[in-house]
Amino acid sequence: MATPKRKLTTAKAISEAISQEMEADENVFVMGEDIAKLGGVFGTTTGLLDKFGPERVRDTPISETAFIGAAVGAAAAGMRPIVELMFVDFFGVCMDAIYNLAAKNCYFSGGNQPIPMVLMTSVGGGYGDAGQHSQCLYGTFAHLPGMKVVVPSNAYDAKGLMHTAVADDNPVIFMLHKNLQGMGWLGTVKNSIVDVPRETYGVPFGEAAIVREGKDITLVGLGVTVHMALDAAEALAKEGVEAEVVDLRTLVPLDRDTVFNSVSKTGRLLVIDDDYISYGVSGEIISSVAEQDSSIFKTSPQRIAFPDIPIPFTRPMEQFALPNKDKIFNAVKEMMKD
Amino acid sequence: MQADAKKQSWMYENMFKSRYYEECMEAAYLEGKQPVFNMANGPVPGEMHLSNGQEPCAVGVCAHLDADDAVFATHRPHHIAIAKGVDLKAMTAEIFGKKTGLSGGRGGHMHLFDTKVNFACSGIIAEGMGPAAGVALARKLRNEPGVAVAFIGEGAANQGGFHETMNLAAVWKLPFVCIIEDNAWGISVAKTDATAVPRNDVRAAAYGIPGEYVEGNDPLAIYDAAERAINRARAGEGPSLIEIETYRLAGHFMGDAEAYRPEGEKDGLLAKDPIPAFRKHLLDSGVINEAALKNIEGAMHAEVDEAFEFARAAAEPEPAEALEKVFA
Repeated sequence: MATPKRKLTTAKAISEAISQEMEADENVFVMGEDIAKLGGVFGTTTGLLDKFGPERVRDTPISETAFIGAAVGAAAAGMRPIVELMFVDFFGVCMDAIYNLAAKNCYFSGGNQPIPMVLMTSVGGGYGDAGQHSQCLYGTFAHLPGMKVVVPSNAYDAKGLMHTAVADDNPVIFMLHKNLQGMGWLGTVKNSIVDVPRETYGVPFGEAAIVREGKDITLVGLGVTVHMALDAAEALAKEGVEAEVVDLRTLVPLDRDTVFNSVSKTGRLLVIDDDYISYGVSGEIISSVAEQDSSIFKTSPQRIAFPDIPIPFTRPMEQFALPNKDKIFNAVKEMMKD
Repeated sequence: MQADAKKQSWMYENMFKSRYYEECMEAAYLEGKQPVFNMANGPVPGEMHLSNGQEPCAVGVCAHLDADDAVFATHRPHHIAIAKGVDLKAMTAEIFGKKTGLSGGRGGHMHLFDTKVNFACSGIIAEGMGPAAGVALARKLRNEPGVAVAFIGEGAANQGGFHETMNLAAVWKLPFVCIIEDNAWGISVAKTDATAVPRNDVRAAAYGIPGEYVEGNDPLAIYDAAERAINRARAGEGPSLIEIETYRLAGHFMGDAEAYRPEGEKDGLLAKDPIPAFRKHLLDSGVINEAALKNIEGAMHAEVDEAFEFARAAAEPEPAEALEKVFA
């Protein structure tokens, strides 16, 4: 008998995935700030304390260097820690534990000491939380070698990618966009709340998803920008432009082939990223297509991303800087002239 | 409990081995770097932080440790690695950047990992603290025997990672010990200019745990203090903090002119070299006789020589192996 379908928010899908992983393997445990009694500031660890108790669901002091460093040690000693740090903006205070320890110890040990840990965080703005609580920093972590980087756009992918992340023997930075998680205190993009199977399943790393097919232009996004691209594609369809939308899903490993094959078909590439524009995801996507075969472009590839400014607080300024459906729509119209 | 004759002999053996190792390393390091010193040249490029003088810290602590116990050392790791039982040939080959090194040449002298004896180190000040606490947490969660020891320098006690980890280890009552090797210098900055308290053991009060300061770079006194802390950790009573007065008889790194040292300091320290002092103690107290000491010294010479010969003879890795082992 098929299980009845049910829609979940990304946060609920994540806590379900973690719960299933903890049931399956006693080496999986969770630690972080406000993850036990509160269930995570973004609800991604809801219910775990009641189910697994305080030894395996550990509230930490506000000591990121210590507990992320401890995750590295625990992972080296046979555990599979899932660590939550609520805002990616806070990674600055414990960056060494992430990029010098978690990311490098496997290499420094010649592969003898893998570090299987998941570092889960929330990214993104658009709700007036200003420049220390609204960054994405996808490019920063994807740039640094030794970490896998996951950015799901919906609850189904989030659960499957979490199962894959916990099973992976490497550090995984799991980046959840605040507009997609389904918190009571912040709006949620409706299309991120989708049918999620109850059972365990994996969504593989390094496989982008074509979430809408089209022949005229390739729109590449990740996390929340996938939904902006889908909205723009729908509006464009009414004007006879068929946009193909690619959801990257993971940045490390990056599925360059799917992007390239799509652009081979459409001849046009627009990348939409809510992280800073320079030296980041958008440049990487464009260059990886261009260096493979620049003759496939019917027009110069373009990108819409956050300008190289700290994220401003006030609504008019922040909304001016963020990508959105209209910016994508207008850019596509312009690109279709060639 | 005072170290018995066997332990004392083991401690001398490892101190002597470590010092001779550093002497051989110094000679190898200087090859290709004279008359003009260029860190990039010679069979061992890069920075080199020798541990001469700090051997008592390593042996006094590691005398209590088994292979299951984890040690995280610093950018100055050789004495601790040797006392922890790291594979000497593979370690030396690693420092020479060879294929048969601990990590095939990817880590070098500041990033030595020997998983068989649970040894690791890091080139970043105080950053062994968190991982050590993490191993301690894993041992506790898995009900496995074993404690974790983080060695840091006295300068590292001013790092956030020190405070954060001491507090975390104390809150969670982890089987963890922090050993501060106080060699009085953070590169060129004196402890008195960098640290608000004369002795870091008083900081243990901030975490509600025992703290001890061990004077005189004395291996037997270090042995006693470490025993108290490690027994406490093994008994599930939580972490401890020990600061050890030790001497850095070399520069911060090879090539350091040490002009910052007050005149006469270095000579005074060399006069207190712990290895001849411990040797004299062993003879005077009748723990071991001259012939037996000579035997130990000969065996250590042979073992270290063999490790260096192994490292020199080992093959270079294929350059493109650089692209491997980023991920497991």
